[in-house]
Amino acid sequence: MSSATAWIVLGATSVLCFGVKLLGYYIPEGWLARPRLQRVNALVPISLLSALVVAEGLVVKTHVVLDHRLAGLAVALAALFAKAPFPVVVASAAITSALVYHLH
Amino acid sequence: MTTAPRETSRDAFSVAFTVGTYGVAFGAAGIAAGFSVLQTCLFSLLTFTGASQFAAVGVMAAGGGAVSAVAAATMLGTRNALYGLQMAPLVRVKGFRRVMAAHLTIDESTGVALAQTPRGTHAMRRGFWLTGVGVYLFWNLFTLLGAIGAKALGNPASWGLDAAVPAAFLGLLWPRLTTTFLRVVAASSMAFAVLVTPWLPAGLPIIASALVAVVWGWRER
Repeated sequence: MSSATAWIVLGATSVLCFGVKLLGYYIPEGWLARPRLQRVNALVPISLLSALVVAEGLVVKTHVVLDHRLAGLAVALAALFAKAPFPVVVASAAITSALVYHLH
Repeated sequence: MTTAPRETSRDAFSVAFTVGTYGVAFGAAGIAAGFSVLQTCLFSLLTFTGASQFAAVGVMAAGGGAVSAVAAATMLGTRNALYGLQMAPLVRVKGFRRVMAAHLTIDESTGVALAQTPRGTHAMRRGFWLTGVGVYLFWNLFTLLGAIGAKALGNPASWGLDAAVPAAFLGLLWPRLTTTFLRVVAASSMAFAVLVTPWLPAGLPIIASALVAVVWGWRER
């Protein structure tokens, strides 16, 4: 990633995310009251976060690759089942992944 | 009730501190994706909506294009508009204060405000501002610490940072999966992402997964 790309992503993300927040304070209430829009909107974060888990944990460029990151994710999943707090989930995944990475 | 403000403040502080510490993970993710410490910190100062920030740097880390990164972040941020819609009649501010209120409108400030409903409008308003400002301070502080820490560590894979990012997404996703239906949506989105990965340019499967949300949300159930 070039420095220019990084700045563009940072700037555009910040402007658009703030714009969306501000929109909520200006649009009339009826606009977003459509049930279908609300149902889809409630599911979008779930779909995107799910896809991000895959893209970050199982993918290299355009290939599905099972490597040290999968071991980390498995431990993160176990930690979530055990109701561990967020920092513990992330740290345990990192430690596991690093161990597997160095053992290979 | 004279104790209400104190309880509201306590709620706000505990949420703000806990969520703020997640900033360490974002700081590390920004560096691992190739952003500078300054850029990573500016994300938290200017974008200030966790899942979107993670998405933007996550798509870039996955080798995706700038358009995919910005689109994923913006789509994740649209729920903040719905929060704003609920918070606008509560905070009732204009001009610069409204801009501030909008910037602080996130999952946590809205959540704490709504949780204060039994304590009255005053407590709700107080909950919104205290949580918003509190998360802002802690989130930015911990982003800086995470970014500096990750910069000092070097190779992301060597320290497991490349697994910390998907684990962070899983951690953000987990508390949302409150019903069987939502778990089915998550599982089918993951399966969809795996299936389309070989066929689409890097980063695009993330955006395309929004189609899964559209399919599941289209009909009433």
